Amino acid sequence: MKNSFETWLPKLVVAPAFVLGFAFIYGLMAWNGVLSFSASRMLPNYEWVGLAQYEKLWAMDRWWVALKNLGIFGVGYVGGSLAIGVLLAVLLDQKIRAEGALRTIYLYPMALSFVVTGTAWKWLLNPSLGLEKLMHGWGFASFSFGWLVETDRAIYCIVIAAIWQSAGFAMALFLAGLRGIDDSIIRAAQVDGASLPRIYWRIVLPALRPVFFSTLMVLSHLAIKSFDLVMALTAGGPGYATDVPATFMYTMSFSRGQIGLGAASATMMLATVAALVVPYLYSELRTKPHDR
Amino acid sequence: MTAKPFVFPSLGRLLVYGVLLLAAVFFLLPLYAMLVTSLKDAGEIRSTSLLALPGSFNTAAWSSAWSSACTGVACNGLRPYFWNSVTMTVPAVLASTLWGALNGYVLSQWKFRGSDTLFGLLLFGVFMPFQVVLLPMSQVLGMLGLSSSIAGLVLVHCMAGLAGTTLFFRNYYAAIPKELVNAARMDGAGFWQIFWRIVLPLSTPIFMVTLIWQFTNIWNDFLFGVVFSGTESKPITVGLNNLANTSSSVKAYNVDMAAAIIAGLPTMAIYVLAGKFFVRGLTAGAVKG
Repeated sequence: MKNSFETWLPKLVVAPAFVLGFAFIYGLMAWNGVLSFSASRMLPNYEWVGLAQYEKLWAMDRWWVALKNLGIFGVGYVGGSLAIGVLLAVLLDQKIRAEGALRTIYLYPMALSFVVTGTAWKWLLNPSLGLEKLMHGWGFASFSFGWLVETDRAIYCIVIAAIWQSAGFAMALFLAGLRGIDDSIIRAAQVDGASLPRIYWRIVLPALRPVFFSTLMVLSHLAIKSFDLVMALTAGGPGYATDVPATFMYTMSFSRGQIGLGAASATMMLATVAALVVPYLYSELRTKPHDR
Repeated sequence: MTAKPFVFPSLGRLLVYGVLLLAAVFFLLPLYAMLVTSLKDAGEIRSTSLLALPGSFNTAAWSSAWSSACTGVACNGLRPYFWNSVTMTVPAVLASTLWGALNGYVLSQWKFRGSDTLFGLLLFGVFMPFQVVLLPMSQVLGMLGLSSSIAGLVLVHCMAGLAGTTLFFRNYYAAIPKELVNAARMDGAGFWQIFWRIVLPLSTPIFMVTLIWQFTNIWNDFLFGVVFSGTESKPITVGLNNLANTSSSVKAYNVDMAAAIIAGLPTMAIYVLAGKFFVRGLTAGAVKG
C-alpha cells in the first residue's frame, strides 16, 4: 500500500466530484455572472454592458414587487413553520399516546411535491367552490374568502400552503433536539420547585437554540428558492402580484427573452443565499472539526 | 428514546391532546378533500361541499387524469409524464447515490491535505439557488447534444444532487471506527478491498436514507423539469402543472385532484413504507455540517 498508485487512488476517485462539481457550482455561477453583464436577450451573447442589467433590474417595479413578496413570504413561512413546529414538538414530547402516528401525519406533506401542494390548495382556496362554499354551508353566509384572486392577499395563500407543507419538518427537527436534551438538568429544576411552563421557557427552549438556528437557516434558504409552489398555486398572478425572485428570473429568462436581466436577478438570489449560508457553513465546519 | 419523566398535569393534558388533534386535522384535511373531490363528478362538485362524501364512487376523473386529460395541446393524461419521470428518476437516483458513496468514503477514510476545505466548498452546492445554473446549463446541454432530453435531465440531477449525497455518506462513514479501517490496512487491504469488505456492508441504512432522499427530490423536482425538458421528456410535476393550469371552459377540479394524487403517490408510498429513513434524511441534511 506504499506504492504511489495506492496513495493516488483515493484522490483519483474523488477527482470527478470536485472537477465536475466545482464546474457545475462555481463554473456555471461565474458564467451566469458574465451573462448578467451582457446585453443578452432572446439568445445569450457576450456584448459587455457593465452594470446596465442590474440598473434596469432595480428600476423595475416588478422586481420590487417580487422582493416585497419574498419579504412577506419569508417572514410568514419561516416564522409560521418555526412557531407551529416548536409548539407541536413540545406537545408531542409529553408522553403522548400514538405519538408515532401523529408524527407521521404532521410530516407527510413534506414527501409531496410543491406542485402537488399548490394544485391541492388552489382547489381548497378557490373562491367559489372551496372553503368559502363550505363555510356558507355551515351557516356563515357572509364568509367570503377570495384571497387567491386578490392582488394584495394572494401571497398569503402561498404562505398558508407552504406552512402546511413544512411545519412538520420543523417539528421533526425540534423533536430530535428535545430528545437530545439532558434530563438531569430539568429534573433538578423540577426538584427546586420550578413550574413546568417556566422550565420550558427558561431551560428547554434556550437549549434548543442550535436546532432553532439550523432550522431557520434551512427554511430561509428554501424561502428564497421557492418557485414550484408559486407556479402551481398562482403562477405569479393575478398579474404579477405574487411574483417572487425565482418566478421573476424564470419569466424573464425563458418567456420574456430577457436573458441578461434574468441572469442579473439570479445573481441577486445567489448573493442573498450566500450572505445567509456562508457564515453558517463556515461556523458549522469550524466548531465541529472531524479530527482524524 | 425514553419519554421524559415530567409531563403537564392532567388539567393541561386535555388541552395538549386537543391541540395535537386539531393540528392532525389541519394536516389531513387537504388530503381528504383531494380524495373525495377526485371521486365526484362535475355536478356533484358544484352541488356538494368541499368535505362532503361523494354520492357514488366515480372513478371517471381518475381514468381521465391518467390517460385522457389535456395538458396543453396534447390530451393523453399524465401517463406519458409518469413514465418520463420513472425513466429520469431511476438512473439519476442510482448514479448520484453511488457517486456520493464513493466520495463520502474517500472524504472520511482517505482524507488528504486540503480535502476538508474542498469538501466545504462543495457543500455550498447543497444551498445554492439553482436559478444561477439554469441559463448556462441550458447552453452546456446544447453543446453536449442533450437539450430537451431525459438524459440531460439525469445529468443535471446527478450534478445537483452530488453535494447532498456526498455530505450524507461522508458524515455517516466518519463514524466508522478508525481502528477497524486501520487494522484492515495493516493486514494489507487496499482502497477497494476496504470499501467492499468493511464499509459497504455497514452502509445499508445510509443507502436507504440517500436513495429515498434523492428519489423524493428528483421525483418532486419542478424547476429543472420545466426548464430543461422538451415536449417528449417532461416529468410528471410539469405534466401536473400543465394539466391543472390548462385553460379550458370548465375547470375539472376532480381531474386535477386525481392527477395531483397520482403525481404524489410514489413519494407518499415510500414515505409510508420507509418513513423512518425519510425523516433521518431530512434531519441529517439540515443539522449536520
